Amino acid sequence: MSDVPAAFASALALVFGLDGELGRIVLLSLRVSLSAVVIASAIGLPLGALLAVYRFPGRRVVIVAINSMMGLPPVVVGLVVYLMLSRSGPFGVFGLLFTPTAMIIAQSILLTPLIAALARQLVEDMWAEYEEQLRSLGAGPGRALWTLLWDGRFSLLTAVLAGFGRAIAEVGAVMIVGGNIDKVTRVMTTAIALETSKGDLALALGLGIILIALALAINATAFSINLVLRARAA
Amino acid sequence: MSAILPLRIDRVGYTAGGKNLVDGIDATLEAGSRTVILGPNGAGKSLTLRLCHGLIRPTSGTIVWRRPAAETRHRQAMVFQRPIMLRRSAAANIDYALALAGVPRRQRRERIEDALAQTRLSELADRPARVLSIGEQQRLALARVWALQVEIVFLDEPTASLDPGATRAVEAIVNAMDAAGTKIVMTTHDMGQARRMADEILFLHRGRLIERAPAEEFFAQPRTHQARAFVRGELLPD
Repeated sequence: MSDVPAAFASALALVFGLDGELGRIVLLSLRVSLSAVVIASAIGLPLGALLAVYRFPGRRVVIVAINSMMGLPPVVVGLVVYLMLSRSGPFGVFGLLFTPTAMIIAQSILLTPLIAALARQLVEDMWAEYEEQLRSLGAGPGRALWTLLWDGRFSLLTAVLAGFGRAIAEVGAVMIVGGNIDKVTRVMTTAIALETSKGDLALALGLGIILIALALAINATAFSINLVLRARAA
Repeated sequence: MSAILPLRIDRVGYTAGGKNLVDGIDATLEAGSRTVILGPNGAGKSLTLRLCHGLIRPTSGTIVWRRPAAETRHRQAMVFQRPIMLRRSAAANIDYALALAGVPRRQRRERIEDALAQTRLSELADRPARVLSIGEQQRLALARVWALQVEIVFLDEPTASLDPGATRAVEAIVNAMDAAGTKIVMTTHDMGQARRMADEILFLHRGRLIERAPAEEFFAQPRTHQARAFVRGELLPD
């Protein structure tokens, strides 16, 4: 385990050396994962609320499907997106394969079921409490949905953060559709995988430390903002 | 705007799990009086209110307002046993109801202030509704109804979870609503409250309306043996 001190040393060197290469990798990681979280939340939160509120035939099947898709294997999602975007695939004409956009698409697909499933559970509990009152006040389905998402926004942030956690730590999908191209599609996780296979364990571990610190910082920030807003909100 | 009352409850029944929970209730609710639906637990009082308010559909019979059903939604309101408050301020909870009822923004502020004053909640206007005490929340639920200026309000055991002080406050507000011209329909299993609040009694037992009378008459001379037993404070056999 002599690698560990070396890993911290290389992490510090990377950070304080203000290595341009590292900066680019970190920024791309954030850009890809945050974009995916925004897209997946825009789809997953309303979808989860919809499943919580509406009763329709086949609802349970959809819920079970989405719940099981929470654990979608990233490599499989990556592979499917790869096939869709490859030159001979249906979306090949857009030339998106091996671009950050392809990585965002893959991660969005990966996160949407996770965020939707968590949101459904949260909103369903709220709906059980609100339903009679909202119907009594004459809230239509659309209004009820919006009220639940707004009133549940602090709890729903947990679902969004879970999505971010999965995205920033994910390697399989971004590796396949991004290709880990230096200066173009290399992100933290693919860089770690690469350095590990090259045998530079200290550098890989150093990158890992930065990755974890980054995830921690973002979660802590979101948590504090949430606390402040929750205290101030009605 | 012509009145939505009287409300005709025409042989209304509600069956669930093979049980007749509400069984052929026939009654007309007229404006201008306080109707108290009285009966032991499980008599079908809450269900009857929910059927009237349109939260559930009867499995037999019909609920008929004087106006088409679509026009009645924002002219009636309901107060639940446990107040349900949105995760926002007291004033915003009222504002939400007014917005749904289509009250223009300009008029809302005045109505909110008036309703909060009527329920003596003015100082708590900006407090989050869900940190208020249960008694304050129930008063806020009444303020919400007050601001809506409805024709009829259904109250489902509104004081069942309250202490005597909060109960007195709620009863005073309900009486003020009645004085302002809102039809009151309230359930209770509390004899004392029925005596204090009722102009008219509907006595339910096992899902059936077995007695209907002006309050003094009901308490002086109940006609059925179940009502006699209930008025004397005896436990009714199932």
